[in-house]
Order: sequence, then C-alpha cells, then structure tokens
Amino acid sequence: MADTPQDKTAPTPMVLIVDDARDGRESCADYLSFRGYRVATAEDGEEALDRAFELRPDIILMDLRLPKMDGLEATEILKKDERTRAIPIIAVTAHALPTTHEDAIAAGCNSVITKPCAPRELEAAIRDELGTGSVDGNGA
Amino acid sequence: MVEAARTSLSRGRPEGTDATARLDLVDRLRAAPDIGACGSGALQWLAAHAGIERGLFARVDDTERELVGVAGYGVPDDAVASVRLDCRDYDTPLSWVITGKDLASFDAAELGKRAGDMLLGPGPITAAPVFPGDETQAGGVLLLTPADDGGIDEDAVEWAASVLGMRLGQLMQGGDGRPTWGERLKRERAWLYGVIEAVTDPILLTDPEGRILIANRGAEDLLVAEADASEGRRHAVALNNLMFSASLAPLSQLDDARRRELLLVDPVDGSDLLLELISTPLQIRSGEMGKVAILRNVTDLNRAFDELQTNYKKLHKTEAEARGERDRLDLILNSVADPILVTNAEGEVVLMNPPAARILTVGDESDHAAERRVRANDAMLSSFLSNVYTRAKQPWRAELKLTDPESGAELPIEAIGTTYAEASGESAVVTVLHDRSEAAEKARLYEQVFRHSAELEEKVREATAELAEQNELLRRQALELERASAMKSQFLANVSHELRTPLNAMLGYTSLLLESVYGELTPQQHDKLSRVAANANHLTTIITDVLDIAKIEAGKIPVTIEEFRLSDLVEAVLAEFEPLVADSDLEVCVDVSREIPPLRSDPGKVKQIVINLFSNALKFTADGSVSLAARHDETRDLVTIEVVDTGIGISADNQKAVFEAFGHSAHPLTTDKSGAGLGLSISRRLAEVLGGKIELESAPGEGSTFKLTIPRRLPSS
Repeated sequence: MADTPQDKTAPTPMVLIVDDARDGRESCADYLSFRGYRVATAEDGEEALDRAFELRPDIILMDLRLPKMDGLEATEILKKDERTRAIPIIAVTAHALPTTHEDAIAAGCNSVITKPCAPRELEAAIRDELGTGSVDGNGA
Repeated sequence: MVEAARTSLSRGRPEGTDATARLDLVDRLRAAPDIGACGSGALQWLAAHAGIERGLFARVDDTERELVGVAGYGVPDDAVASVRLDCRDYDTPLSWVITGKDLASFDAAELGKRAGDMLLGPGPITAAPVFPGDETQAGGVLLLTPADDGGIDEDAVEWAASVLGMRLGQLMQGGDGRPTWGERLKRERAWLYGVIEAVTDPILLTDPEGRILIANRGAEDLLVAEADASEGRRHAVALNNLMFSASLAPLSQLDDARRRELLLVDPVDGSDLLLELISTPLQIRSGEMGKVAILRNVTDLNRAFDELQTNYKKLHKTEAEARGERDRLDLILNSVADPILVTNAEGEVVLMNPPAARILTVGDESDHAAERRVRANDAMLSSFLSNVYTRAKQPWRAELKLTDPESGAELPIEAIGTTYAEASGESAVVTVLHDRSEAAEKARLYEQVFRHSAELEEKVREATAELAEQNELLRRQALELERASAMKSQFLANVSHELRTPLNAMLGYTSLLLESVYGELTPQQHDKLSRVAANANHLTTIITDVLDIAKIEAGKIPVTIEEFRLSDLVEAVLAEFEPLVADSDLEVCVDVSREIPPLRSDPGKVKQIVINLFSNALKFTADGSVSLAARHDETRDLVTIEVVDTGIGISADNQKAVFEAFGHSAHPLTTDKSGAGLGLSISRRLAEVLGGKIELESAPGEGSTFKLTIPRRLPSS
C-alpha cells in the first residue's frame, strides 16, 4: 500500500473511466477504488463530456470506440475547452493497430494503453501521467 | 661525113651535071648571103639538074629535136617558114638521115600530114643530110620529091648537099647566129650547171681527198660558209662538213653507190636535218676517182613516218578500246535478266543477250513446236520493230504476247524500242523486252505477303487487345485483392478488438481476485485462478500475433533501425528462457561470438524471431539438445542464426505449411503444445521485412534446423 496515491494532506485523485463495456468499466473502477482513487464512470462520449465538465476529474481513461460520440471526438472537445484542457487523458483501446495510437495522440490523448491490460499496469500509467502532468500538485 | 661528101664529089656524074652546071651552083651559093638563100639556090639548081619537082631545106634546131623549114622549091614560101618536123623519136626515117650520113628514101606519109602530103605531096621522098663545115653532126636536111618523068640524080643531090654544107659552114663561122663549137661547149656547160642548180637536193663532186670540186646551191647552203657569214652559221657549217666527211670516208673503199643516213644541222635555223646520202664514184682525171654525192632531205619524210607510226598506234589503241567497250557491253547485256536485242535497219539482229536468244532463236535440241513458237515470236517482234521505225527517235512501247519456246507458256511482255543512229549513219533499234509475267508473279507474291502480313497484324492486334483486357482484369483483381487484403486487415483488427474487450474484463477481474480486492483466496483458489490468468494471457498473445500478421500484411509495421550486438541480444533471449530451460532436461548450446561486428537492423524484430525459433525448439524437443549458433558471412556481409534441435522433426509435406498463417493445423503437436500458433508465419514475414529469410531443414524424428539469414546492415529505407 506504500505506493497508493492516498495522502492525508491532499484529496485523492479523481479518475473518470469512460468505457461502453460494463465489465471492463466496472472491473477497472473496482480496482482503482480499491487502490484509493475517487472514481467516476461514463458509458459513451457525450456522457464523458458531461461528467468531465461537471466533475473536473484529475485524469480520464478514455475508451476510443464508443456509442453516440467516439473517444477521439470527445478528447478533441475536452482538449479545446478551457475548463478541461489540462486534464490528462489516457486512451485505453482494444485497437492494436499503430494508426490507432497515432490518431489518439493527434486527437490530444497524452498516452495510449492497449487492452487487455492488467489493472496494475493501468494504475502505473495513471501514476505516470499524474506525476508529470498534475494540476493539483499532488503527485510531483 | 666530110670525107664522104668529098668522095661523092669526086665521083660526081658528068652526064647530068657537067662542070659548067656545077660551077653555076658554086657561084649561086657563094652569092647567097644567108642560109635561106643558100637553100633556095641549091633547090633551084637541083630542079634544073637533078630531076626534082619539089624540095624543102630544113635546118636542125639547136635542141636537135626538130627540123625547121628554111627554104623551099615548088612550095609556097609562107608554108616553108611554118614547117616543124619532130625528130625526137630515134626510130623514124628522118632521124636515121640526121644521125647517118647517106641519102635515104621513104614515103612522104612518114613526115606527117602537113609536111608530107600537103607540102611535098604523096609519093617517095629522097632525103639528104647536110653537114656544115667540118662538123660530124647534120646541120640540115634536104627533102626532095622526084619529077614525074624520071628518078632523081642521087649523085647530083649528094654533090649539091656537100657544097651546101661547105657554104653553110662558112656562113656559121662568119657570125651569122649559128654557134661555134667552143661556144656550144660553154653553153652546154652552163646548161649542166643550170641543171645541177635546178635540183633542190644538195649535189657535190669531191676529189679523193674529199675537197669539194662542184657544189650546187643546196650543198653550199649546208657546207660552205661565206667570209661574212655569222658565227652560228660558220659553226653549223663546220659541224656539217665534219659529219659529211665522216660519212663519206668509209665509202671511199668501195666503188659502188651507197646510201646512208646523215644527220646535219640547218645553218639557218639550227634545226636537225636528216639527209639520205647517195654517193657514186666518178673518174675526174685519168686514174683519179672522185665522188658524186647527192643528199636528199628526208627530215620531213622521217617526220611523216613517225607521224604515220603514231597514227597507227593510235588507231590500234582506239580499236582495242572499241573492242574492250564492246566486250563490256556484251558483259552488261549478258548479265541483264531482261531480253535485250539490237537490230539494224533491215531488221536483222545484230546483237542479243542470252535471255533474248532463248525467246527468239531455235536451240539445237528444240522440237518442232518450239521452232513454230520462235517463228511466231519473231513475227510479233518484226511488226513491233516496224512500228518503232515509223516513230523514229521516239521510244516505242508495246505489249507483246510472246510464247516461251520451251514450255509454250504465255509470256506477256512489255517491249520498249528506241532508234539510234550508228556511227556509220545507219539507224539501229535497241529493244528491251520486259517480262511482265514475272512482274505479275512478283505482284501476286507481294499481294500474298501483304495479305499474310495483314492477317498477322490483325492477330497481333487481337492478341494485344486481349492482353490489355487481361491486364485490366488483373489490375481490377489486384485492386480487389488489395481491397480484400485491406478488408481482411480491418476484419482482423475488428476481431482483435472484439476479442480483447472481453479478455480485458476477464484479466481485470482475475487480477482483482488474485490481488484480493474482493477478499483473501485459499491457496487452491489462487492456484486455479492463476491458470485462468495464464490462459487469458496466452489468448492475448495469440490475438496479438494475429494482429501482427495483419499489420505486416497491411504494411503497417514500423521498422526501427538501431545498432546492436547480436551476442547481447541472444543473451537477453536466453535470460528470458532461463526458467524454462532449467525445468527441462535439454542440453542447450549457445555459440555466438562477440567477434561478429555490430548489426544495424531492427533489434526488436530480430529478437522476436529468435525467441520464436528458440521457444519452438524447446517446445518440440522432448530430450536431446537445442543449440543456437550465429555466424557472419563477411563476403556478403550476412548474419546467420541457426537454431538446431533434436526434436520430433517436420515431414517434407509440412515444411512449407508451418510457415503459413492458420495453415498448420495438421501439426501433430499443436493440439498438445500450445503456442506454436502463428509464430513461424510471423517470423518468416519479419525476416522478409528485414531483407532476409528463414530456411528449414528437417525430417520426422531427426530434429529440425531453422536458419535465419539477414543482412548485417539494413539500409534505412
């Protein structure tokens, strides 16, 4: 537990998990909650935008293939908006083609993780992003 | 003759001419002042005493070639003066009288019409020569015709002639115009010189010492230099004398005339003169032999001869040329395939070449039919030639239907005839026969070739069109294949996505369970859940591999070139397999020299291939050994990594299939041993991406050898 983000002096980071697949979304949420993160979820692109503007999470795990609005489009909107521009977005996708990675980075994602991934790896990626791009200065 | 006259005088007949009568004649003659009066007196006396009816006295002219009338009796005086009797012919009675010394009688007709018949009348004539003074040659002649009543008293005539001669001699000596003997000699000498001078050829008379005694003008021009002659002329003359003497000298030993050539110099213009020397010995004084030399200028003759010779040679050469020309012409004519013939104005063939001869002449072995055909051809040609003549100069062209004498085949011939004038002025015709049948044959052949060519062209066009169509089809198929390939890649990507999503959940929950997120597990539960996790991970690998192939095929796999050492890479691979190797009973040999120079390639892909090959070797070898060796081929700068096992081996039938994606389900161990899957297929594709290849040597039960060969340095594309 030594490496959990929980800190007495700062609020725990909030992670917005966007995934249309319920099992993937919930297993991830379970793990991150277990690890001490505050967790919010969204099932499609539009919901992701609503949640992001409403909650202002510390980091967003964005699935790319989503109903209503896909992850790339949602990412672009968030990255253009003053309020959400600074929030790191990690693309989490089952698409393993190199083009998908490039597209994700081009849309504004900070990094890309290919599914399936072990929950532990996912957390490591979150810590990397928050450590380098934290707005709250909690992970530096 | 004088003696004879005296004799006759002493024999004179006393009965016809007594002393008184004779004195009368002497008186008459003495009184006569000139030759004409003497003649008349003598004739009158003869008429009175010797029985003559008519008479004529003629003197011998200076030239001694004719008798000129001086006096007459019984004939008109004017007729006498015109009498001229030719006595050049020695074989006439008159000549006999002059050259002889006696009387002669002959018919008047012998004297010619004028003197004989008309003047003295027909009948016998008595002629008596008259010798003036002491001369031995006759100076005149008395021509007498007898009176009707009796003959002439010849003694009286002889006496009268002698007395007349004596008086004539007196008259001539008295400067009456008749030349004296001395004068005559002088005159004749002058004539002789004149003759010599008149001859244009140089003539000389030389004494035995070679001194010139007589020389005519021509000779003096060449051999005598006057005192005031020019230097050049004196030199030329001196030279000529030298030459002349030299050429004459050897001849002095011989007596007969000799001819030889002599080259002298013309003293006037210095040109060369070729002379022919004819010399004849001549007695100039008793016992002294001189030489008469006649020089004939043959320079022009020689020149003419030379010219003649040159002309002859020229003629000869011209003739040879003409012959050569003719030979050449023959050669040309004979080498022309078209029949050619030359005919003269009469239509006779002057010249023809063999092709013409074949059509127009009968051969030795020709049969009757052939002869008939030749005659027919000849007739056709003759009518053609007559047409040519009527057109003159203009070439005449006509189609003739001749027949081949041998085969009887029709020969459609185009004939072209041209008239030309020969050197002799006669016109001739040159006719060229152009065999149209051959032309027709050629045209047919050409047409055939053309048709074949057209057909061929059509076929080529069809083939080309077909090819173009097929190309288009292939292009479309290629496009479709590409699209299909793209669709396949997309499909695989989608499948991969669909597979990963549930896998993600499975691995996620398994992780959560194993990490006791939902509470502590019993050791047994933990163990079984670990196996679930392992299988899920394996499945993930398979899905990744499938996608890798799709990536490679879609050309979407990036190549990252770096410099690295092969030994380092192999070490890293071995480290990964350490636990697996330790678990097995296999002997593992590794021989990778550090001497191999660093590689410049994609280390990730090389590693992926080596891992695949090594893991396969471990998987499919139950016991024995697995070896890994690397070599560097310096000449070609290739790196070879060989993985040898002593495992189950692969049959020849399957050796190809193991490299194909989804193609090796027949592999006996795939069902047992998980993980063979798509590894070799990917490895082979990766090797190709690196510019290399993977080879396999194997036999069932005897193990396998996989050999990866790649260029040591991959050029960055």
